[in-house]
Amino acid sequence: MTTTPTETPLIGDFTAAPTAQPLDGARIGVVTFPGTLDDRDAARAVRLGGGTPVPLWHADQSLHGVDAVILPGGFSYGDYLRAGAIARFAPVMETVVKEAGADAASSSPLPVLGICNGFQVLTEAHLLPGSMIKNDHLKFICKDQVLRVENTETTWTAQFTADELITVPMKNQEGQYVISAEELEAIEAEGRVVFRYVGENPNGSRNHIAGVTNERGNVVGLMPHPEHAVEAGYGPDDATGVREGTDGLTIFTSVVSSLAGGNQ
Amino acid sequence: MTEHATDQPTAPEDQVQQTQFNIDTVVNAAATPDTELPWAELGLKENEYHRIVQILGRRPTAAELAMYSVMWSEHCSYKSSKVHLRQFGEKVTDQMKKDLMVGIGENAGVTNLGDGWAVTFKIESHNHPSYVEPYQGAATGIGGIVRDIISMGARPVAVMDPLRFGDIDHPDTKRVLPGVVSGIGGYGNSLGLPNIGGEVVFDAVYQQNPLVNALAVGVLKHEDLRLANASGVGNKVVLFGARTGGDGIGGASVLASESFDDTKPSKRPAVQVGDPFAEKVLIECCLELFHNELVEGIQDLGAAGISCATSELASNGEGGMHVELTNVLLRDPTLTPGEILMSESQERMMAVVTPENVEAFEAVMGKWGVEYSWLGEVTDTGRLIIEWDGATIVDVDPRTVAHDGPVYERPYHRPAWQDQLQADTFRTSEAGQSLPASAEELGEALMELMSSANMADVSWITDQYDRFVGGNTALSQPDDAGVIRVDEETGLGVGLATDCNGRYAYLDPYAGAQLALAEAYRNVATAGAVPMAVSDCLNFGSPEDPEIMWQFAEAVRGLAEGCQALGIPVTGGNVSLYNQTAGRAIHPTPVVGVLGRFDDVARRTPSGFQRWADGQAIYLLGTTHDELDGSEFARLRGHLGGTPPRVDLVAEKTLGEILINASRDGMIDAAHDLSEGGLAAGLAEMSLRFGVGSRTALDALCERDGVDPFTALFSESQARALVALPRSEELRFTDMTTARGFPALRLGVVDAVSGGIEVSGPFHGGSFGIGLDELKEAWSSTIPARFGSGPHLEAIIDGD
Repeated sequence: MTTTPTETPLIGDFTAAPTAQPLDGARIGVVTFPGTLDDRDAARAVRLGGGTPVPLWHADQSLHGVDAVILPGGFSYGDYLRAGAIARFAPVMETVVKEAGADAASSSPLPVLGICNGFQVLTEAHLLPGSMIKNDHLKFICKDQVLRVENTETTWTAQFTADELITVPMKNQEGQYVISAEELEAIEAEGRVVFRYVGENPNGSRNHIAGVTNERGNVVGLMPHPEHAVEAGYGPDDATGVREGTDGLTIFTSVVSSLAGGNQ
Repeated sequence: MTEHATDQPTAPEDQVQQTQFNIDTVVNAAATPDTELPWAELGLKENEYHRIVQILGRRPTAAELAMYSVMWSEHCSYKSSKVHLRQFGEKVTDQMKKDLMVGIGENAGVTNLGDGWAVTFKIESHNHPSYVEPYQGAATGIGGIVRDIISMGARPVAVMDPLRFGDIDHPDTKRVLPGVVSGIGGYGNSLGLPNIGGEVVFDAVYQQNPLVNALAVGVLKHEDLRLANASGVGNKVVLFGARTGGDGIGGASVLASESFDDTKPSKRPAVQVGDPFAEKVLIECCLELFHNELVEGIQDLGAAGISCATSELASNGEGGMHVELTNVLLRDPTLTPGEILMSESQERMMAVVTPENVEAFEAVMGKWGVEYSWLGEVTDTGRLIIEWDGATIVDVDPRTVAHDGPVYERPYHRPAWQDQLQADTFRTSEAGQSLPASAEELGEALMELMSSANMADVSWITDQYDRFVGGNTALSQPDDAGVIRVDEETGLGVGLATDCNGRYAYLDPYAGAQLALAEAYRNVATAGAVPMAVSDCLNFGSPEDPEIMWQFAEAVRGLAEGCQALGIPVTGGNVSLYNQTAGRAIHPTPVVGVLGRFDDVARRTPSGFQRWADGQAIYLLGTTHDELDGSEFARLRGHLGGTPPRVDLVAEKTLGEILINASRDGMIDAAHDLSEGGLAAGLAEMSLRFGVGSRTALDALCERDGVDPFTALFSESQARALVALPRSEELRFTDMTTARGFPALRLGVVDAVSGGIEVSGPFHGGSFGIGLDELKEAWSSTIPARFGSGPHLEAIIDGD
């Protein structure tokens, strides 16, 4: 165990919330940039998934020895230029890129999950292919979204069954996934599309793509928000009633269990 | 679209401005008593100007005039409404005050939730700016109300938006609505605050005077409570957040305190421009300041900007403050001292910090990258002294600016046309003849009702708001109340609803205000929360018109007495007057927000029949009278006259207790209050929520209450609700309603198989059925058909 960051941001002061039983001490960092909104939700999801959330601060290069990193949703630095375009230059991202990217020396590179704005940051940082433009209808959209899990080989999706349908909230204005024709063909051929929108395409994304992974399967980005579907009563509506959906939790139990099983 | 402080030159270069204009000092003012000042252009009346001269014993300086003009504006001083609003403080019992930690007069009222938690909430209007510039007007409305919540020491946790627009088919509504909605979304979504409900009303009376009200709610631990006062002589005064620019100058005095009139130039410059990122950082920065106990007093800068913050902080504390105005960081170095004092630039806060805490304060600013400047210090002189490069430009008793503004006993009288309006009942009108009576006609009427502008699905609007962020939203639109968990360990939480039917208030402002209160109270109780506190946003026309003033006086009296009857206090609110254009006023619209408490939000009752609830019993609670005046059905027929449904607050209270107990004891699985559109709308909405149908019969209802099937379906009698419960709970439930002497009637059952709504009764044809697919199509296409093309391009910001 390393010490907690000296510059613990209050927004990421996750200690105030109820504690869960950590599984073999899987410590998962949750990065707060100025303008990040869903960091508390991501920390709660880690906890409910059996891990221990560790707040990470954008201006601190150190990852404080965490086993995995989540870049949560929000509007990093306001995103006035282009979503994620400034965040990719944050000191914390230098370390994330070094430890998770293609050049990472380790045989087990750092698992990284980017949700919504975090996905945008990962594409800007070139950890993931493609990029995001405004939704084709030009509006912010918040809805319960059905996704198909098409790749269950990644660190973050190992506990899903192949082609499992899940419902998680989505909410974004700049969520239309675009990618060059050659790259699109390549990621489809390599099975790197992890999540696909089911039903009507909610934002014009190429091939209905909602989430992708890198070549090594340790970095995953997705636009919808699994961290908002981890606790019955506060998630999307499902067949059992109002806001009962918890399909997103499997993402967090997947990483916690893969860390417990192998990378420790 | 927005300015960034970082784009601007650094501070020292800004401050080369002093030579660009003549500074009107106090010495100069005393020496030049005959100088003409533009008091009328700043919105002051002649008697008000003379009063300022009398207070100061000389003419005001230009800067003093700027301060008085904004602080004595209708918007800031409540000069026309004050004499009436006193009732909210007077008509209260000790019982009502028991949970009230901070009452009216502070930035927002604070209510004790128990377990060491408190909650603060408030509604405010941003009506005029939202008409002039819909996106920025609505966005900064959210920003302003959220800063009110922060300045109490609370973490904001949710927002709601009661909205009223002109006719849905009017071309200008297509300009205003998309801009307002994307402004609320663009700003609120960027703050990480879930939008948990609100209202959407279309009525031609709001043409050119849309009502954009915003509610924010925040939570805090008791020990974190902060008030706006500057205490401790020698403590430092600091301004932090965004820089001060030229936006919003005169917003309060000129824009919010006058009617619109075609003869005046564009008021666009008076609308503020928002930067939600700056506000989000400001929220976190303030919470860290509170957490580390680094501020003695804090005040947000909203209407009247620095004028308001300095005079209110000073007059609430030791009574004196000394400020050097050239220390204010500017976006625009050409601003005059008066403009700096009046600017309503957003995302700014002022705080009082002890000298020992200065360094720690600066460290927090540095961490969040927030700009700040030390303006001066607290004194015990009883004077607010503002200097410009060492020369005194303001020397006033801050109380005279902040609290001793003019108070008007505006004349008021009941309009001559009121009797005639009330005599024109729906039943006696031409519109009220040949009403639907057969199965076919009743079914068609239900379809027409549910696809009409005011009953239609509003998800085109609410889908543009983030309702999930924070992970504590237990209910949101379209359920009866928004519900937020406060304590993750215990499930302690709050339910909130806002309501107002302006048509009812137009027919009878006293009853209309009470009906708004009753509906919000009922909505909160329907979700299962115990109502605790009220916040209001009183939207009216010009107080200078005695008939409008009568509407206002009646509404305030009705609301104060209604709150007394229900035993819940008004904890704060806002008054918006002059909502009229070319002499045509809006309907009196006293929007009422009620906040209730849950021991555990997991017990909340959703508003729709559940998918697994096939065969559950549907009960109607309450009595149905022949009350169609002012109803949605009357609106469909183009009629507005008569008297609104009768108010029965005793019945509302009993109904509330039944719904709360049923929720707490787990007896019911769905509940929905009956209001606009009556039973017809209630049945339709409960089915549309999850796409689960019902089979009901009206025979017993018609016989018991002596009404015909049309009235049973479309009357808007109050103190009614529909509930669905498992058959195993029926006996326990009816025992409870019987014990309380409250009417409960079994109407029918939930039908999760048929995919339709079937209603039978004593009418020709015996029964009618409506397929839910067909109903949903009609209900959900009304708003997208008008606004589906999306928001205007200028309204778009980068996405989450």
